Amino acid sequence: MENQNIQHNINRDEQVIEIKNLYKSFDELDVLKGIDLTVFKGENVAVLGKSGSGKSVLIKLLVGLLKPDKCEITVLGQKVDKLSNMELNSLRLRIGFSFQNSALYDSMNIRQNLGFPLTMNVKNLSKKEITKSIEEVLDAVGLADKIEEMPGDLSGGQRKRIGIARTLILRPEIMLYDEPTSGLDPITSSEINKLILQVQKQYNTSSIIITHDLTCAKETGDRMAMLVNGKFNMEGTFEEVFDSDDEQVKGFFNYNFIQ
Amino acid sequence: MINISSGKYILSKGLDESLLGVHKSYRFVIEYFKQAFKPPFHVSEVINQCFEIGLRSVTLITLTGFIIGVVFTKQSRPSLEDFGASSWLPSLIGLAIIKALGPLVTAIICAGKVGSSIGAELASMKVTEQIDAMEVSAINPYKYLVVTRVTATTISVPILSLYCIVMGLLGSYVNVRAEEATSFITFFENSFSSILFLDISTSLVKSVVYGFTIGIVGCYKGFNASQGTRGVGRAANRAVVMAMFLIFIEEIIIVQISNWIRFF
Repeated sequence: MENQNIQHNINRDEQVIEIKNLYKSFDELDVLKGIDLTVFKGENVAVLGKSGSGKSVLIKLLVGLLKPDKCEITVLGQKVDKLSNMELNSLRLRIGFSFQNSALYDSMNIRQNLGFPLTMNVKNLSKKEITKSIEEVLDAVGLADKIEEMPGDLSGGQRKRIGIARTLILRPEIMLYDEPTSGLDPITSSEINKLILQVQKQYNTSSIIITHDLTCAKETGDRMAMLVNGKFNMEGTFEEVFDSDDEQVKGFFNYNFIQ
Repeated sequence: MINISSGKYILSKGLDESLLGVHKSYRFVIEYFKQAFKPPFHVSEVINQCFEIGLRSVTLITLTGFIIGVVFTKQSRPSLEDFGASSWLPSLIGLAIIKALGPLVTAIICAGKVGSSIGAELASMKVTEQIDAMEVSAINPYKYLVVTRVTATTISVPILSLYCIVMGLLGSYVNVRAEEATSFITFFENSFSSILFLDISTSLVKSVVYGFTIGIVGCYKGFNASQGTRGVGRAANRAVVMAMFLIFIEEIIIVQISNWIRFF
């Protein structure tokens, strides 16, 4: 396989995410056992791993949705575990989180879904300004005509796009994608991959992309990190990880090719 | 606090989880009082929820209140006639509907209709990560979802109780009017003749407590739902069962307190 992705404008002097020695367990199940990861400004890191390996847990810990057992997480220069609620919320405004199932608010139409984070977080915005922001992000994801529709009327791919648009409306510096292509056909998956790259270019974001889809990882990631048994056992470019002699990494890649 | 997630249990898994459940629900209730009086107040969402709750229950309460009035009158009349006390009928109906039936029937209807709906709605938001989505957008989901709904039920249930009382008395009047020539004003004057300020206050306090209970139980069950769509059904079911159970316990306690106050 040939890596066709474009190397982005990565600033290796500026770290936007730094995770050191991260441990997380649920009941008696140890999910993450000493994770270290650094993401640089402008970089896309694809985290690969099989289902249940703790990939989603990793990004939920970054935004404080889950509490780690032990760790040192620094995001945009702030230590996440040391922040007060108010400080954590300020940090969250700088991070976009795209959920696996989009997590659009069922009771709101697309306009309300997109306007909601804006009206709740930015005071004194006029209706005109809110509409302008909504239209701008809908244009960015190519769904300007869906503004009055309900989430239930959209296809899986459209829902993913709207989910991404909802995070973009707050102009995040970091994007966290949780399985952006899961449950989508190859053509729609490819469109989402292009959208991830377009978002990075247009909004100058750094990203962590959680996926078990090799095409997605290859197309969107500047660097891969392979999560096996609660630890990253392989990091590098797609080719480096693909050519690894590690049995578990090879097993994962073979399994995906068969799939 | 017991740390279940660490896998170390103080007593046993079941007991620790039960104690943790009590502790969690206590904190959930306390959190309401901490957040309800702090801005932002999301007034439009409270009004929206009041409208939803009121509108959703009004038809059933109209029908139930009216029927209770008719049936209670029909069933009480022969017994009172046996004692030659049929003139006390409006007073008896007034006492029964204002003091007990109105608030209790309204609470039970709302627990079934509103409590289950809140439980199911929040549970489905929880399992589809919509609550997490609010949190990562720096929106306080407790404040936006729980405080607004609990405030709305606390406001709406007393209003609906009052409406149920009016419908019950109206149903009773229709039945009384069919049997004897009593004017509307005389009937209502007689209905309220034995009612004290304490009775009305107790009735109002009961409705407020029931409204709060329905809202907080529905929200708690929804907010703590798990296990996908199965959890949604379970949350709705448990919201109703738990709310009804608590309503009956509260009924006993409030009536007892009211009797003590009356005694002194």
